[in-house]
This record gives sequence, structure tokens and C-alpha cells, in this order.
Amino acid sequence: MPAVSKGDGMRGLAVFISDIRNCKSKEAEIKRINKELANIRSKFKGDKALDGYSKKKYVCKLLFIFLLGHDIDFGHMEAVNLLSSNKYTEKQIGYLFISVLVNSNSELIRLINNAIKNDLASRNPTFMCLALHCIANVGSREMGEAFAADIPRILVAGDSMDSVKQSAALCLLRLYKASPDLVPMGEWTARVVHLLNDQHMGVVTAAVSLITCLCKKNPDDFKTCVSLAVSRLSRIVSSASTDLQDYTYYFVPAPWLSVKLLRLLQCYPPPEDAAVKGRLVECLETVLNKAQEPPKSKKVQHSNAKNAILFETISLIIHYDSEPNLLVRACNQLGQFLQHRETNLRYLALESMCTLASSEFSHEAVKTHIDTVINALKTERDVSVRQRAADLLYAMCDRSNAKQIVSEMLRYLETADYAIREEIVLKVAILAEKYAVDYSWYVDTILNLIRIAGDYVSEEVWYRVLQIVTNRDDVQGYAAKTVFEALQAPACHENMVKVGGYILGEFGNLIAGDPRSSPPVQFSLLHSKFHLCSVATRALLLSTYIKFINLFPETKATIQGVLRAGSQLRNADVELQQRAVEYLTLSSVASTDVLATVLEEMPPFPERESSILAKLKRKKGPGAGSALDDGRRDPSSNDINGGMEPTPSTVSTPSPSADLLGLRAAPPPAAPPASAGAGNLLVDVFDGPAAQPSLGPTPEEAFLSELEPPAPESPMALLADPAPAAEHPRHLAPPAPSGLSESSQSSDRTWVGQRDSDGALPPPPTAGRMYLFYGNKTSVQFQNFSPTVVHPGDLQTHILSGPLAVQTKRVAAQVDGGAQVQQVLNIECLRDFLTPPLLSVRFRYGGAPQALTLKLPVTINKFFQPTEMAAQDFFQRWKQLSLPQQEAQKIFKANHPMDAEVTKAKLLGFGSALLDNVDPNPENFVGAGIIQTKALQVGCLLRLEPNAQAQMYRLTLRTSKEPVSRHLCELLAQQF
Amino acid sequence: MQFMLLFSRQGKLRLQKWYVPLSDKEKKKITRELVQTVLARKPKMCSFLEWRDLKIVYKRYASLYFCCAIEDQDNELITLEIIHRYVELLDKYFGSVCELDIIFNFEKAYFILDEFLLGGEVQETSKKNVLKAIEQADLLQEDSKPRSTRLHSCVKS
Repeated sequence: MPAVSKGDGMRGLAVFISDIRNCKSKEAEIKRINKELANIRSKFKGDKALDGYSKKKYVCKLLFIFLLGHDIDFGHMEAVNLLSSNKYTEKQIGYLFISVLVNSNSELIRLINNAIKNDLASRNPTFMCLALHCIANVGSREMGEAFAADIPRILVAGDSMDSVKQSAALCLLRLYKASPDLVPMGEWTARVVHLLNDQHMGVVTAAVSLITCLCKKNPDDFKTCVSLAVSRLSRIVSSASTDLQDYTYYFVPAPWLSVKLLRLLQCYPPPEDAAVKGRLVECLETVLNKAQEPPKSKKVQHSNAKNAILFETISLIIHYDSEPNLLVRACNQLGQFLQHRETNLRYLALESMCTLASSEFSHEAVKTHIDTVINALKTERDVSVRQRAADLLYAMCDRSNAKQIVSEMLRYLETADYAIREEIVLKVAILAEKYAVDYSWYVDTILNLIRIAGDYVSEEVWYRVLQIVTNRDDVQGYAAKTVFEALQAPACHENMVKVGGYILGEFGNLIAGDPRSSPPVQFSLLHSKFHLCSVATRALLLSTYIKFINLFPETKATIQGVLRAGSQLRNADVELQQRAVEYLTLSSVASTDVLATVLEEMPPFPERESSILAKLKRKKGPGAGSALDDGRRDPSSNDINGGMEPTPSTVSTPSPSADLLGLRAAPPPAAPPASAGAGNLLVDVFDGPAAQPSLGPTPEEAFLSELEPPAPESPMALLADPAPAAEHPRHLAPPAPSGLSESSQSSDRTWVGQRDSDGALPPPPTAGRMYLFYGNKTSVQFQNFSPTVVHPGDLQTHILSGPLAVQTKRVAAQVDGGAQVQQVLNIECLRDFLTPPLLSVRFRYGGAPQALTLKLPVTINKFFQPTEMAAQDFFQRWKQLSLPQQEAQKIFKANHPMDAEVTKAKLLGFGSALLDNVDPNPENFVGAGIIQTKALQVGCLLRLEPNAQAQMYRLTLRTSKEPVSRHLCELLAQQF
Repeated sequence: MQFMLLFSRQGKLRLQKWYVPLSDKEKKKITRELVQTVLARKPKMCSFLEWRDLKIVYKRYASLYFCCAIEDQDNELITLEIIHRYVELLDKYFGSVCELDIIFNFEKAYFILDEFLLGGEVQETSKKNVLKAIEQADLLQEDSKPRSTRLHSCVKS
């Protein structure tokens, strides 16, 4: 290698870099840089034209300064000039600068694209490669628009040099990843697949990456690549270690290419052609065999490259999940790695085994390694490896080993790193619940969790234990006894007090017979913790106390004394004060019977997806709960979740082995009534239907249209997305509408568009997100621009809060002419409601105040969740809702052509599930769903009977709430 | 691969290559966070770690850390060898490479990387082929001046 080439003759650059390195302080460095920037700026601005060399040198200096982390706001033009230099190094520096800094100055794009175009057409392979590298490095949409059509041609042209083909393949890959719509599919795609046969290994290496990406998006179009990839792989795997010359890496033939080919094959199911499949299985076996051979070199590079192929092979075997023999061999191989001296291999083996654990063929084989994995959890020095071990234990857990795994994880929790404690807590809680055979073990485990890591036990975990204890009478006495004992510890975690308070309040009577836990003892034990607790916990304890008055009349006087104490009745906290006052009064005025009714034991909770599992999924992203999501391994799982109005009889006595984790997507649980801050215990007990919005008129005007149309001279006009006025009212869920349309009454000043969220806020179903776009169509700035959301019900009914919780981000007070601003609304439905919220937009236009009031397209059906059910269940529920006020019916004339498919789409769009084979008349439509609000869920059943002859419909709705039935009926009837 | 970073034991960034579009602000934030995380790790620890929804693969050579961010399905071990092959390429080109070579010839480090990896994928694994491309460029550079004068004289004569 010629030594002179390194410094590149740019002595000025070397001097500058040394200067920077010699700077003693950040300030000195900045000073030196500013001096240099001033110098370069004057050179660029100077009268004397700079020669190519100087330009290159200065551009290179700018690049260096930028890479040091400083901003560069000039020099782009000079860099672009370098692109058209015919000196290679000048061009090269120009391209490097553009690749690194192009985003900040895009008006030069046209010039840059021109230069690239020239180089691509130059037929000089080195220039072409430079240009392709630049496109690949920038990868912007503009570049895609300019070149996406040309590059496939270069890639498959017969006369392209190998190096050009390689760059073209990966350049195209980058463009395709960024903007797939810009890359035209065509005749070239067939020829690209044949690059797998290319003689040049480098070309194949580059092309496989492109093909893999194309396969993922269009698997059917690229099917032929499977057999080509298999034969290529087979040739590599069976070649001697020196056959491939420079493509052999530490005695491993073409490791990168092998890994890429194995990745490509993972885009497809096992090959159907027996010959191809046979050849592939042979390859996979060869790789597994080679793993047992003695290494050809002691270098770590040799073993890494070899094992990279091995792990990718195992991934493919797991992906196929159809060859028990290979799966078990893979598992044994990983088992060997579990005790390897290389930390990296132990880490990867644990990670890879996690996926093997979910295959029915290898689950048992994975389980045989349990002791090694537990040992890893205890002894690994690197936390990331311990984390993998914990993941694997979680994945391999089933009924047979749950007790062992849970107890090991609990033990690990005592010393676990803070960063992963919460996750371990969630995992233990899930495993304990999922595999509990007897529920006393479950209760013990959760209480242990609180004891060991109380700070990391989230609400979901302790809510869940309360739900389970409430729902199973076989464990209630044990739970009461155990929490009572746990509370006797001198220092116990506040979460323990919460669980203890709730359970004793409900089931304290079950242990009251024992003099050691007599009512006064229970009370004084709880009350001894009272002063140390937070407001939320104290509020919960007050509810426990009033329950005690009902359970144990002998404690009444003591408890009334506590409630009457000034520290309660005049507590600075409103919630505590209110509870004390109300409970005290309740206990004094109510007769024993009334008290017993009001303070009756809580009814069983409706079964739904475990909130803990939902939380773990949120934490880890999709797939995290895979071991549990996977119903396959647990055929006994008995999904008792799924009624729209779960009745106590279906949930109170599930069999002990029933899977408590409802496995289907369902809402997160409502907080138990005693939940902190909600302060609604009394409301729950006394209130009910009173908490409804007023039944004011529900105008049927189109939403988001002016309620008060601006006067003709007004500068404000409106462009609304007429969403709900259209045929399909949109859900706050996909399918998301695209774009906005102008409404007819728009003049040219302002438009407001909206689109519904496309899942940016998935759970809970009670919430949704809406994007509003405000566009100023004039050329004059709007001032004091302020949109606010109000609910018309506010003034009439709910003094404290409306039925919707709407969170908005403030938008800038000025909207420039021609500009558009976006506002995000997060909307949560707290209760059912009839009138949609209003958007009030105020601003000043040319000094004059303007106001607009628009209806937001948020209707109760946006919070509708479809429910599937069998015909039998439907009829049973239909009968249950037979009170006259629960039904709303409307007979009306069809406004649109009567088409069954369109009707189906409308009903689905409305949010209901469509139930087939329920109505004896196949012409009719039957649907069911649940309105999800934070306060309550309203089950809804509907039936639509079209009469094609009369062009009429009859729509019947039955829900558990009268206004909801009527309102939904009105809303839905507008659609047909 | 989503990006590659080279930084020194003191946390100075020596090379950064991004294969996904990110704002400068985001790049700086990621860099700061990762440099801190990786430097805090002890020698014998494993070379892989989970970070956000990516996997980080890193290796230390003398005073320099090479750190790659790959996606979930990507192969960790082969990425480790991508790093090693890049180091070998630098070493062969500079002749026992050291941190100073990369500081003073940062543009060469980028050129070599572009020949080896493009768009985040391995383009050419043969050491010979990669270095041939770079050497050619160096030869062009040395020739360029004389050749252009030669051309001139040809035209004149």
C-alpha cells in the first residue's frame, strides 16, 4: 500500500486536525473552529476562483467540523461543484459531504441529482459506484423519485461490471425500503432472482439482501428463489474450506452469504418439491454435524463465523417447526452452548432456546435444561445474560415445573438488578396465576412478591390478586388468614396493607372465629398501619372500616370513634374527609338491613384478559407474552371470557383448572371499586343510572360543519372532512381514512380536516386519538388562534366532569398564511353520552375576532367493541333485555340502494360484530357489541330487517341502558 | 444494520454511519446514550445487549469501540465478524491501523466502509476486492494531475 496516499496531500487538513487535538478545552476548540469557519467562508466568498484541490480541502475540513458535532450551514454549493469534477478524489469528497450532510440543504437536490445522473451514465465503473453509494447513503424520497427507475436497469444489464451490480443491488434495496412505491416491478425482477446463480460471490452476497427484502413484500412473485437459494447454499456448505478462496473466512466458506441465504429461506414455508426439500434438510444436517467437528482454528473468528451459520440454521429449523428430529438436535446443540465458556454463546443459546420452547416438538427437550438455566440465573455475572435466563425460564414454564420456576424466580428477585425487577415481578405473577393448581399457592406467591419487591408490584398485580380471591370462594378464607399473618410483620409494604385491607374488609369474617384474629384484633392491626400510609391507601382503609361495621357490629363504636376524630372529619384531603363524613353518617342512619345490602360482599369480577399480561405485552412489545399467548400448548385452557354482560353465574364457579387469563383481546379491567382516588364507592353503591347525561335533543346535522355559518364577509371558511356524514361512520380505529376532502360550502380561507387515529393509541378501547389539521388558506396570519373542545352537556348535567376526557396539546397562537397546523386530541370515554363534543375555534383575522363552532365526529359508537357469540347466547341475552325501555326500534325508508354487502360494511363500520346463522331469516342482520366507557360497559344487541319490496328497514336495538338504545338506534338509522 | 459507531475509550466519536433516516438531534441523542451504555460495561461481559427495540453488537479493539445496531432478526455473531472484517480492512490499508490513522484519514475510513457495507448490508466480503477498489482510487488520485497534463499536451501537439 503506498504510504503517500494516506495523508492525501491535504496538509492543511492534517494541520487543522492536529490543532483541534491540541486544544486544551472545549472553549479553545470552539474558538479554533470558528476561526477556521471564518477562513473557509472568506475563501468561498472571495473573488479569486478556488482550484479543485483547495475546494476539496475546505469541504473536507467542513465535514470534519460537522462530524465533531458542530453545525455547518454553508459549503454545500462548493461540495456540489466537486461532484462534477473529473478528478476522482475531488468527486469522492464531494459525494462524501453530500452523503453526510444532504438533509440540511435540500434545494440543491436538483443539482446533486444532475451530477449523479451524469456519473451513472458515464460508463466509468468507479464513477458509477460513487454515484450509487451516494444514493444508497442518502436514500431519500427525492433520490428515489429520480433514480428508482434507472437502477434496476443497471443492475441487470449484461455489460455492468460486477462491482457496479453489487452497489446497484444494495442501492435499490435502500430505496425500496424507504419508498417501495417508487420502485417499479417488472421484467427485471425475474432476472434479479437469477443473480443467485451468479459466478461472482460478491454479486450474490449483495443480491441476496435485495431479494430477501423483495420476498418479504411479495412472497408469491419470488417463489422461484427458494430452489436457487437451496442449491447455492448446498454448494457452499459442502465445499471444502479452501474452495472459495478469498470468500473463505477463517476456514469457514462464505459465512456472510450462508447466513443471508438462510435468512432468505425464512421468508417461505418448507419447500414443497421433495427433491429441493431433501437437499435443504441435508444442508441443515451438515451444518449441525459440522458443529460437532473439532475446530479448524483456535481463533474466535473461526468459531463465531461457524456458529453464526449454526444459529441461523437453527432459526430456520424453528421457523419451519415441522421437523421434530432437527428441532431436538438443535435443542441439544444449544444445550451444549449453555455451558460454553464464551459468554456470547451462552447468551445466544438462551435467547434461541426461548423460541424453541414454544414449539410443541421441542418444548419437552428444552425443559430438560432447566437446572442449567436456573444455575445461569444464579451465577451469570452479566445482567443481560441473566435476563435471557429469566426469559427462558418464563418460556419453558408449564404446569409440571411452575412451582420450581416460580420459586427460583422469587429467589432471584431478592438480588435482581433494579432495572429488571418490575418485569420479573410481572412474569412471576403471570406464571403463578396461569399454572396455579391450588390457589393458596397463588396467594402465597403474590404476597411473597409484595414482601420481596413491594415497590415493583404494580397496581395491575395487586388488583389481580383481589379479583381472583373475590371470584373464588375456595381461597377466600386462606387469603384472609395469610394476609392477616403478613400484616403482623413490623414493617410491611404499603401494597400489602392495600391487599390486606381489601381482603379483610370482604372476608375478614372467615377468620373472625379464631380469638387470635378476632374482629377487634383485625381492626387494630389494620389501623396501626393507617398513619404510615398514603392518602390513597387510607381511603381504601376507610372503606374497609365501614365494611367492618357491617361484618362485625361489635366494632361499630370503635370505628365510629375513628371516623369521628377530627383528623378524619376535618382532613385536609377532600377524599378522606368525604369518606369519613359519609361513612359516619351511613353507619348512624342506616338500619342493619340497609347497611347489609349496601355493604354486601363485592360481586365477582367479570373475567377478562389478565391486566398483568397486557402490561407485560406493553412493556416488551408484541410477542413478549408468546409463551402464554400460545393456546396450543394448553388445550385445557378454558376460555370463560366472552360474554358481553358477564353474569355472575358464569364466572363465580369456574373449575379450579380453568385458565384465568382470558386469552382473547379484551379491555383492561376496570379498577376495583376501592381503587384509589376514584372515590366512587358510594356512587357505585347508590348511584347507577342517575349518572347519565341529560337527554337533550340530539340534532342530526352533519358533524364538523358549521353550527353558526359565518357571514359571507367573514374571512373564515371551513373545509371539513365530512366523516360521519358519509356513508360509513368511522371508528376510532382502522380502517383509517386517507386525505381530506373539501366540503361544498368552503370558501377559500380556512379549512379544518380531521382524521381518526390509525392505532397510535391501541389500548384501552375506551380511548382514541384524533388528529385535527387547521389550514389557513389566506395569505394573512391568524392571530390568537385557539381551538378548544367543549362538551355541550357540561353545563346541564355534570358539574365535575363531562362524559369525555379530552386532552389536547396547545397549538401555536399564530397561524401563518398558507400554513397548516396539526393538533392531537386524546379522547377517553368516561360514561355514555348523547351529544358529540364541540370544537370551538377562535382567532383574529386582520384584527377582527372570528369564531367557529363545529361538531366533532365523536359519537358513542366510536367506543363500540364487537362481540362474537353463538346463536344460543344471543337469544338468551336478547331475552334478558326484554324490558320495554331497554329496546329502541325504528322503521324507516331506505335512503340508499339496499345492498347486503354495503349494509354489512356499514354495520361493521359502526363497530358491531356481525353474527351469522343467528336470525332464521338470512336476509336479516344481527350484531352485538359492547360500548366501552371507563365507568361501565353497555352490552348492545341489534337486529336489522330489510324489506326490499317496500324499500324499508326495521332496526331494533336492545341495550342495558335506555338512552343508549335510543341513541344508537338514531345514529345507525341515519346510515341506511 | 441500522447504524455503526466508532468511539474511543474517552467517549469521542470517531466514525458514524447511519443507514436509517434520523434527525441530527436524534443521532446525537442515540450516540450519547450508547457511548455511555457501552463504556459502562465490564470487559468479560457479553458483546450483545438489547437497547430500545434493537440489538447492539459491540467489540473493543485497543482504544476503540466498534458498535453496531441491528434489528431483531439479524444475526449477532455474523455482525461481530462484520466488525472484525472492517478492522482487518483498515489494518491492511493503513498497515497496523491505530486510532490516529482513523482520526487523520477519516474520509478513507468512510470510503472503505462504503465498499464493504452499503445500505446497512454486506456488499463485498473479499478483502482483496474491497482493497482493490480503494487502491484504484488512490492510483487515480496520483495519476490525475499528470494524466490531465498529458492529455493537454496531446491535444496541443
